Amino acid sequence: MSTGDTGNEVGSWAERALRRRWRAPVMFTVLGLGALVLFGLLAPGGERSTFGISTAGDIVEIDPVGVPSRQAAILLALLCLAVAGYALLLTARAEPVPLWLSVLFGSAFVLSFLTWAVAGETISLTGALQGSLALSVPLIFGALCGMLGERTGVINIAIEGQLLAGAFLSGVVASLLGNLWVGLIAAPVAGLLVAYLLAVFSIRYLVNQIIVGVVLNVLVLGLTNFLYGRLLSPQAQTWNSPGRFPRWKLPVLGDIPVVGPVLFDQTVIVYCMYVAVLVVHVALFHTRWGLRVRAVGEHPEAADTAGIAVNVVRFRNVLIGGAVAGFGGAYFTLGAIGVFSREMTAGAGFIALAAMILGRWKPMGAVFAALLFGFANNLQSVLGIIGSPIPSEFMLMAPYVLTIFAVAGLVGRIRPPAANGQPYIKS
Amino acid sequence: MKLELRGITKRFGTLVANDDIRLTVEPGEVHCLLGENGAGKSTLMNVLYGLSAADAGEIVVDDEPVSFSGPADAMAAGIGMVHQHFMLVPVFTVAENVMLGAEQTRGAGLLDVEATRARIREISEQYGFDVDPDAVVEHLPVGVQQRVEIIKALVRDAHVLILDEPTAVLTPQETDELMGIMRQLTANGTSIVFITHKLREVKAIADRITVMRLGRVVGQAQPESTESELASLMVGRPVSLVVDAGTSEPGEVVLAVRGLTVVDDRDQLVVDDVSFDVRAGEVLVVAGVQGNGQTELTEALLGLGGRASGSVRLAGTELLGRPVRDVLRAGVGFVPEDRRTDGLVGQFTVAENLVLDLYDRSPFARGPMLRHSRIRSNAAERVGEFDIRAGSIDTLASTLSGGNQQKVVLARELSRPLKLLVATQPTRGLDVGSIEFVHRRIIAERDNRTPVLIVSTELDEAGALADRILVMYRGSVVGIVPGDTERDVLGLMTAGYAPEQAFEQAARHPTRTGHPEHGGGDEGEP
Repeated sequence: MSTGDTGNEVGSWAERALRRRWRAPVMFTVLGLGALVLFGLLAPGGERSTFGISTAGDIVEIDPVGVPSRQAAILLALLCLAVAGYALLLTARAEPVPLWLSVLFGSAFVLSFLTWAVAGETISLTGALQGSLALSVPLIFGALCGMLGERTGVINIAIEGQLLAGAFLSGVVASLLGNLWVGLIAAPVAGLLVAYLLAVFSIRYLVNQIIVGVVLNVLVLGLTNFLYGRLLSPQAQTWNSPGRFPRWKLPVLGDIPVVGPVLFDQTVIVYCMYVAVLVVHVALFHTRWGLRVRAVGEHPEAADTAGIAVNVVRFRNVLIGGAVAGFGGAYFTLGAIGVFSREMTAGAGFIALAAMILGRWKPMGAVFAALLFGFANNLQSVLGIIGSPIPSEFMLMAPYVLTIFAVAGLVGRIRPPAANGQPYIKS
Repeated sequence: MKLELRGITKRFGTLVANDDIRLTVEPGEVHCLLGENGAGKSTLMNVLYGLSAADAGEIVVDDEPVSFSGPADAMAAGIGMVHQHFMLVPVFTVAENVMLGAEQTRGAGLLDVEATRARIREISEQYGFDVDPDAVVEHLPVGVQQRVEIIKALVRDAHVLILDEPTAVLTPQETDELMGIMRQLTANGTSIVFITHKLREVKAIADRITVMRLGRVVGQAQPESTESELASLMVGRPVSLVVDAGTSEPGEVVLAVRGLTVVDDRDQLVVDDVSFDVRAGEVLVVAGVQGNGQTELTEALLGLGGRASGSVRLAGTELLGRPVRDVLRAGVGFVPEDRRTDGLVGQFTVAENLVLDLYDRSPFARGPMLRHSRIRSNAAERVGEFDIRAGSIDTLASTLSGGNQQKVVLARELSRPLKLLVATQPTRGLDVGSIEFVHRRIIAERDNRTPVLIVSTELDEAGALADRILVMYRGSVVGIVPGDTERDVLGLMTAGYAPEQAFEQAARHPTRTGHPEHGGGDEGEP
């Protein structure tokens, strides 16, 4: 029908010049140079960094790996600079910087930093990964919760409150009844209640979603602090001694070196998380339910004219999300610590939102983003223990700096669901 | 399937959008619903499609009264609708869009995409659609997106298909193809309700015509009626369809655009190496189907968004890369495409809107303070001069009719000395009377020796106003031709044919909608 196609494939000089995006390659270059100078050239020579691979009791024992710190850090920094150079070249040719290149850069940079930070010391890789996963579990539950809401167009800032409510109620119920399993059932109920408030105010009464979310966070925080001060703290024996789920080591899988102890020697909550990630992934992308959910989040009018009740879908998903986050909250009390403590979620709900964005609203992506955040957070405590050369305050900042980079879109373009945050009002 | 509307009435507050509408659609006919913007056509169709509930009246399908509480009910009754703004999820594939709401599953809620693909291929083959079920909708041309909408309705076994202004986004040739599809559908027994305000199309395709005005059915007409008969019925008084623009003597080049290239925020090339001149006392119309870079071109001229390179010189001064304020101060008047969001502040009064770009200068400001007396006297003057029908100068702009809103925008832009007037879709959505007024003011500005750049997707408007017409296709200039170029040639150029090819093609295959039978004599085909 139309034959006069005038657009040529290669593109004119002007077009290519306009398409270049220098942010990532320039950032790579600066960071790479920083790594070379700080971790390599300025570091004292003659020390070795040692990484332990396997833990005692594995079927296959692997010897720890030791490398000369300064030389290894310099080599890795040069790899960073090589990646930066390639990225500059790609950008000059107006080609996009692929994701694998960013991942390669990130890995090389982190390894360079690690060899410098553990110079003269030993850290256990398995231990570091176990710690990372432990810190990621609530992030993953929170990110799934956020995703369930935002895929339908409802922003859930109250993840933090839902996690905290789940942690609180599961702890209290498990203590009072002396049964961890009942506590685990109570957790999603707590998240659901918070989510119900969010859904009613933002979907039915069209109150700004962000404002409702912030208010709910403050509400849960105040309520749990109050009850903690009045009941949980003074009468800890009755109200706040739920205990913890035992770790169950899966046969065969649990014996694989590194992977086994990290992934398959965990509590029931972590196993539930694996299932939840898989279920949400399949449901979102391969079922009728998921198709409708995504349509509602992208183009609610189109969903409406196809006979889908937009606000019903939204309401339901916010509730499901709340239950997921509440369940994840139980990990703090019943999975990790064994008691409830004041403000114990400590911002995990907000980092979970960042993990969801960095993971581009996909369950698998969110898992990797959450693991990345968990890794950064865990590194800070590991390095604190071995006495690294950098102040612990800076290490504490690392996960949040990473979050800002992630949310600012350093790693490729991020495209949220088109109707995200917009209430649907039927004319 | 026979469809009847009996006494449908729909009110919004005090406004009666549909007043006792009666309409019968016989099986296998194309029933045209003709009326100006705001006549109540879309409201009526939304009632019919279950999107809003009528205050009175009933819908009767095959002599059985039915009631719809939502689009799902309407679809179940065999009614399908193709909306003016497509109801397609841009990031979904064709198959996902088609199955949405009517999904086939393989148990446990798992989608059976293959079944939908097969159904799409089947329909595609039957009607010659050439639609790939796995293509992502946002990458498809609008003409193909429209076919996806039609497939959506057919998959749901629609016996009555409502097409709401389906040709607004199509080239004349695509319009011809759509009409071919409509004939195939009616031959298979599907009835079509065709909503439009374009008279040529009505005459080309309709079996029966119902004309609406101000929420009422004002008459039935036969396809044999002349365009001017239909127009008078639609408007309620005799109208002249074309403003006599007269001739002009273009002077020296004032605006010189060279190699203008614009990339949007999704990295898509939207304006590709565009060069042209506009002379003093000349109207250059940029024609083309919506979404071929015209909007981005004018935004780049003004310095609004997009990354642009090239050169835009106004009387020798480079404007590209300058902030919008500098461009306005350089003497550029701008009538934006969407007056509600870009042309006016709805919650400001008429008086305030009339000084939106002058408020910080004498005589409307002294230092940091506004001089309300001057703003008010200016408003009183403009309201008189431009015949703005507002309750008072303190009326909120959002409460005005479309025509009066556009007059406010024009009054503001024309109230300072201009070196260039840029107007994008200046008459979109206006009633015939306002169109006439806007056209006269634009011609008056041209006769004032101001160079004028108009963006229009309506070839009739291009023909009426232009001294020269620049046709854009996929961001590039297809060609610049004289203002009196034949409609068929322009139509082919909007589909990307170079001018020479277009002249040749048009001579061999005239389109149906391009050459209506002349009956009245006062409508102008150049």
